[in-house]
Amino acid sequence: MTGHHTADPYRTTLRTAADWGLVALVLIVLAALTLPLGAKDGVALGWFGGSLAPLFLIGVALAVIGGRTAPSRPLGAWVELAAVALAWLLPLHLLDEEIDLSAGWGLWLFLTAATLLLWRVLGTLSGVPGWTRSVLVPGLFGLGLLAGWEVLVRGFQVPAILLPAPSRIAAALAANAPVLWDDFGQTVLTAVVRGYLMGCGAGFAVALLADRVPFLARGLLPLGNLASAIPVVGIAPIMVMWFGFDWPSKAAVIVVMTFFPMLINTLAGLDSSERIQLDLMRSYGAGHARTLVKLRLPNALPFLFNGLKINSTLALIGAIVAEFFGTPVVGMGFRISTEVARMNLDIVWATIAVAALTGSGFYGGLALLERLTTAWHPSMRER
Amino acid sequence: MHTAPPPRSDGASTPVPASSAPADGPGHPIVDIRGLSLIYPTADQPVTALSDVSLSIAKGDFVSLIGPSGCGKTTLLRVIADLERPTSGRIAVEGLSPEQARLKRLYGYVFQAPALYPWRNVERNVMLPLEIMGLPAAERRTRARAQLERVGLAGFERKFPWQLSGGMQQRVSIARALALQPDLLLLDEPFGALDEITRDHLNLHLTQLWRATGKTCVFVTHSIAEAVFLSTRIVVMSPRPGRILDVIDCDLPRERTLDIRETPEFAAIAHRVREGLKEGHSYDD
Repeated sequence: MTGHHTADPYRTTLRTAADWGLVALVLIVLAALTLPLGAKDGVALGWFGGSLAPLFLIGVALAVIGGRTAPSRPLGAWVELAAVALAWLLPLHLLDEEIDLSAGWGLWLFLTAATLLLWRVLGTLSGVPGWTRSVLVPGLFGLGLLAGWEVLVRGFQVPAILLPAPSRIAAALAANAPVLWDDFGQTVLTAVVRGYLMGCGAGFAVALLADRVPFLARGLLPLGNLASAIPVVGIAPIMVMWFGFDWPSKAAVIVVMTFFPMLINTLAGLDSSERIQLDLMRSYGAGHARTLVKLRLPNALPFLFNGLKINSTLALIGAIVAEFFGTPVVGMGFRISTEVARMNLDIVWATIAVAALTGSGFYGGLALLERLTTAWHPSMRER
Repeated sequence: MHTAPPPRSDGASTPVPASSAPADGPGHPIVDIRGLSLIYPTADQPVTALSDVSLSIAKGDFVSLIGPSGCGKTTLLRVIADLERPTSGRIAVEGLSPEQARLKRLYGYVFQAPALYPWRNVERNVMLPLEIMGLPAAERRTRARAQLERVGLAGFERKFPWQLSGGMQQRVSIARALALQPDLLLLDEPFGALDEITRDHLNLHLTQLWRATGKTCVFVTHSIAEAVFLSTRIVVMSPRPGRILDVIDCDLPRERTLDIRETPEFAAIAHRVREGLKEGHSYDD
């Protein structure tokens, strides 16, 4: 504590004298306080017009001050996160009080400031290695999006037929769980799993064969380009005619959609071994099968996973779309097509949510498996 | 302008005496090449990679093939390893055809790049040829450990190739070639991509290894100093068409340290190699 300010490279300048970002946020909030919070029975309502809004304000202010005085930045970020959460709870409270938020520009400005605060918090947390960065930050980001969706849809009273709030979708999900589970069983557990395994398995097996028989590869690859250009809506009705209404027709559509991506990726992967690595196996007197197992397939793993991941989304889309063209009275595609016709959009959205979660779970599982099995690959090493 | 002699078509039928003096070193020739030619068919005109090459390599020799790019030195090594097929001529490796020798795994080959498999750790890379041979797991491990120790990499068994420096990776690839316990070691510019300090170090290591194991080495290089330092015989080659210009005996003592490079004997042999290479080049200009 010598006080030689001129020699101190970290001395305070105008730039570092204050947290100017926070000052800007405070100014935005002060401006927001001069604008109405909403309207009740057609009369504009101010911040101090009888709601619990002042309590929320005090809570947010305390949390921000607490965050600033926390012993470390990440810890402070967590306290500031509480401020963000509290700020986003205010509109939900006001909606419970039956206050019309669509003209509450003061509230929206306040929420904008809260969002900017969340931005700062995520910036800090994404510098913390480990689970915080890889799981919590994306999770908080998604939660922020859901909160924004909920408040905007309810605050501006968007008709549910256009876009229901997430809470409403969740309620529909819970209320229709048995039906949705049956649909999931029919579409995913039966049609997608079987079609996916058959399509990917066949693509892989034919690739191994085409690798030995060059004219097969030459003949099949142009067909692959043709097949990838066929629209599902064209192939699905034909498959329903061939294989009937139940899962085999859906599986057939999936096989058509997934066979060629798998074939092409496997062939590219088998082709990716270097000349020098092949020469090495030859110098050991290793035959085709040995070279395949010891060298070419391990080398092809990143390509195989690429094909499997592409196909995971293709399979789900294929099954759902195919169900539009004929199905027993169960299935996710059937549910969407019939409930749209009956204007039951909540169930449609709930089915979409199930499909989205299934798709990302499927993809995520494959990505995890890829990381476990190809940790050696340059694209995986630094993670 | 010198025109290349036409490639011999009768190389297989008429034995051509080896252009080198018959091997009077210890033992019989481990590699015997007579009148060997290799012509690549290409789109415009065939390329003669090797033209009428005859060479005999005795057991225990350290033979370097030296010459500018395109002189066929790597091709010659690949023919010995049965990675290329000659167009004409005869070649025997330990009295067998190269293919038989390859299938019996009689040689170890060290490539220009380490060619380690990134999904295998160091030890499992060295065990790879032993797995293909079908040795039991315990024997594989013992042999891999022994060879890694020999190249000074004990304690690195669990590392992955990308965690090692370039010189260490190339030492792993030498250990992998040694794991087969071959009498013949074929090395194709193994240190070409390394810096000079690492290269000196590995050259010293290699000459000690050669002396300790008594293996026959065929070593491709384009460095004169490296060739003279390592070899008992130096084969000088020239391009277009690839052929042998001269075979120089390098009768320095078998036990060598890096200091030997400062001696007049070393300089004299290096000079002869340089003269030989110059002669080859004069045809081009």
